[in-house]
Amino acid sequence: YFQAPAYHLILEGILILWIIRLLFSKTYKLQERSDLTLKEKEELIEEWQPEPLVPPVPKDHPALNYNIVSGPPTHIITVNGKECINFASFNFLGLLDNEKVKSAAQASLKKYGVGTCGPRGFYGTFDVHLELEERLAKFMRTEEAIIYSYGFATIASAIPAYSKRGDIVFVDEAACFAIQKGLQASRSNIKLFKHNDMADLERLLKEQETEDQKNPRKARVTRRFMVVEGLYMNTGDICPLPELIKLKYKYKVRIFLEESLSFGVLGEHGRGITEHFGINIDDIDLISANMENSLASIGGFCCGRSFIIDHQRLSGQGYCFSASLPPLLAAAAIEALNIMEDNPDIFQTLRAKCERIHKALQGISGLKVVGESFSPALHLQLEESCGSRENDVKLLKRVVDYCMNSGIALTQARYLEKEEKCLPPPSIRVVITVEQTEQELDKAASLLKEAAQSVLN
Amino acid sequence: MANPSAVCNGHLHHHHHQKQNNLLKSGIYKKNGITKGMKKNGISNGTLYKKTFIEHFEQAPMYVAVLTFLGFGVGTVFGYLRDFMRAWGLEKRNVATEREQQKDFVPLYQDFENFYTRNLYMRIRDNWNRPICSVPGPQFDLMERVTDDYNWTFRFTGRIIKNVINMGSYNYLGFAETDVNALKTVTIELQKYGTGICSTRQEMGTLDKHIELEKLVAKFLGVEDAMVFGMGFATNSMNIPALVGKGCLILSDELNHTSLVLGARLSGATIRIFKHNNMQSLEKLLRDAIIYGQPRSRRAWRKIIILVEGIYSMEGSIVRLPEIVSLKKKYKAYLYLDEAHSIGAVGATGRGVVEYFGMSPDDVDVLMGTFTKSFGAAGGYIAGKKDLVDFLRTHSHSAVYATSMCPPVAEQIIRAMKCLMGLDGTTQGLQRVHQLGKNTRYFRRRLHEMGFIIYGNDDSPVVPLLLYMPGKIGAFSSRMLEKNIGVVVVGFPATPITESRARFCVSAAHTREMLDTVLNALDELGDFLHLKYSRYSKSSHPELYEETRLELED
Repeated sequence: YFQAPAYHLILEGILILWIIRLLFSKTYKLQERSDLTLKEKEELIEEWQPEPLVPPVPKDHPALNYNIVSGPPTHIITVNGKECINFASFNFLGLLDNEKVKSAAQASLKKYGVGTCGPRGFYGTFDVHLELEERLAKFMRTEEAIIYSYGFATIASAIPAYSKRGDIVFVDEAACFAIQKGLQASRSNIKLFKHNDMADLERLLKEQETEDQKNPRKARVTRRFMVVEGLYMNTGDICPLPELIKLKYKYKVRIFLEESLSFGVLGEHGRGITEHFGINIDDIDLISANMENSLASIGGFCCGRSFIIDHQRLSGQGYCFSASLPPLLAAAAIEALNIMEDNPDIFQTLRAKCERIHKALQGISGLKVVGESFSPALHLQLEESCGSRENDVKLLKRVVDYCMNSGIALTQARYLEKEEKCLPPPSIRVVITVEQTEQELDKAASLLKEAAQSVLN
Repeated sequence: MANPSAVCNGHLHHHHHQKQNNLLKSGIYKKNGITKGMKKNGISNGTLYKKTFIEHFEQAPMYVAVLTFLGFGVGTVFGYLRDFMRAWGLEKRNVATEREQQKDFVPLYQDFENFYTRNLYMRIRDNWNRPICSVPGPQFDLMERVTDDYNWTFRFTGRIIKNVINMGSYNYLGFAETDVNALKTVTIELQKYGTGICSTRQEMGTLDKHIELEKLVAKFLGVEDAMVFGMGFATNSMNIPALVGKGCLILSDELNHTSLVLGARLSGATIRIFKHNNMQSLEKLLRDAIIYGQPRSRRAWRKIIILVEGIYSMEGSIVRLPEIVSLKKKYKAYLYLDEAHSIGAVGATGRGVVEYFGMSPDDVDVLMGTFTKSFGAAGGYIAGKKDLVDFLRTHSHSAVYATSMCPPVAEQIIRAMKCLMGLDGTTQGLQRVHQLGKNTRYFRRRLHEMGFIIYGNDDSPVVPLLLYMPGKIGAFSSRMLEKNIGVVVVGFPATPITESRARFCVSAAHTREMLDTVLNALDELGDFLHLKYSRYSKSSHPELYEETRLELED
């Protein structure tokens, strides 16, 4: 070592001292976020002003002055003190004030009381729930059915149970709000296709196929679903189910069918759109419907094969974490199902009435009828909009008021304007039930003609 | 009070029984998962509480945790073994399978996701979803179920087990009854209105019954206005998105219910979680939020909302409302209080945690609750100032798209509320509330004496009893059923994996005899299954300790 030149030793010594200094000096920190002193922090806290919890709502907002119904919302309804014929409640089969249904509910009330005081997992499962599930499964000819205690929560809990982050869902633009919320909760990739446009859907499916070929590994674990409605609430028409089934098998996409409006309406026995088209029900992976329209009860159900439905018993949020359906409502639904099974001709009657009023409402100046001829929930939209949505809504309100004053209860279709993905245009909802007589249907049609004449011209 | 230093963050020492009450002094109260001594947080917090606030979260000895993990480990090993045998056809596959025509579709469920369900849950599945066939009162009738293939399928024998004591249903005030007089008005309304509505609130679904109910709820709670909804779960998941949106901040408790979590997620706001009932954690989050603003743009938050529950259903703890309200006022945040379990169950006249702490309902911005638990009906409500409720009438998802509450259920709530408020001319309502309080205190005291580990506040009617080991979950529930007592057991994933528990819901309708039967059964079973983990059991001679509650004077 002593052979080494002096400058070498000195250099090494300096390096060693430098290293020691680096080791012991404080680490170099990035500019710390809390440059702020305590006083500045307190000032920031003092100065911050939040928005008010809710923005003020104008007093004349249409939704604040809603119709108050005194008494039951049956065929003859008392709205705001006036007696009218009900063309606004989805009571398609007229089961709302059926005596047999009421007495079944009364019997259940005597036996079980009102509430179930618990979710299904913790002593909230009653024998009526099990019976209702069996009956629904038998009626729809599927293996199993599951009941929810609220119609909205049915499809909104069913979709996120199967479709998770990273999965792909193809959904129609006109899907109802409950489906939209279910899709939002699932965090999947949503692809909207134009309403009832099979070419658009096929285009999206083809695009997805080319994507898959680029990344086959990912494609093997990405689930694909298609969500459609049997009878769309927002437009009154039906989905082309046979074509959808063909697309299902071609591109390997599962179908979820939402039948809230078509259950108890379409088909020879009221089994919905699968019966209407004559399709094997096993081809549809999941059918979801609510019991609040045709069955005149509260709640909803999903039916399908056990392989699919059983999963919801542990992962359907609205099922596991919420109290079960009150037994009197379940008993009412069972009785309503009995009536539906015993009188299969009411569906024909309902369809005839729908056709009749559909024809009668054609040709009203200023209003066009939107919906299939056999759909019991129609929309009447303005043929020409007068500029802004607000003005359209006001105009339609005048038409509705005219009709209400003359004894026909109607309502506008309500939407949350800022939340909907594809907001439908403002419209008047016309609902046909089996209890309306032909004179009443004609009266309604002629009244609407008069109202349109006086208000829109 | 003689000794101000005895107050430490609301925990009271019983100073004149020092030698026997060493357990309190040595402070083995679990604070948010950490065993700590007494937390001394100054007297200022103590004066917020007008009465004692005692919560217990005792931690089990170490060997219990070890054995629990061991239990899960053994279960997992057997699970893998079973899966292997099923995959190779050595064991029959009992689970439903995909259709033949759809075998080439992407599989609907990942095999691994269902591992827990298939192998661990399935073994003890008979303890849940037990069907009953009577009113869920203090006693009910169970339908007997047997399984021939180890819980894969069940069949009913047709026999009914009668008069099982019900410790699982949320029937706090005993309004789940079938007494003809009590249900008279409900029967009349059912006959008049039928069972359905078939329309939404904003279209043709607002009945005069709803208006009546809303006025009554507002009067009951002492607020300006209220709005009712058809389902309690949906009340949260559909109204939180209406109140907050992007650019807002939600501070939510660790153990909030799924409906609150879902509502927060659907709203699109940023969510930050604070430790359960921990005010320091909440304050830190509030300060950081206001000082630093939104994460990358540093813009100020539009609004900050705190989501808490009145009584947490898995822990039995009561929210620290006075501290939260003082924090909220200091930092200008909004408070959303979910009183699903606490409305009707706590408070001198059953008005919930707001009354329990002696505060005014104006302190809470959004009062939310459900009618399923204490009122024996279904549905939920949101109450508060008139502006808030008007906004919800116009912008809530439920008002526009979901069916309104059905009239017989609304009538049940009306009659239960009138009974509670004394408007039906009797003092039955108050009696029920008092009875519930007495039952709760008695039940909890006896369980402590026996040496079980119980979580939660002394005044909460939800009593979780810790079981810890997975093997004991099934054993506990089935043996209690043999003794004709129906209990609820919960495990992973509703609770942390090592803290499986049995949860009792005390009801005002339980008589002293029923509670004694349950307690004796628990005593026996506790010895048999070695469940008495508590190191600090009091002796079973209550006259040796006087449970004097020292009131704070201020």
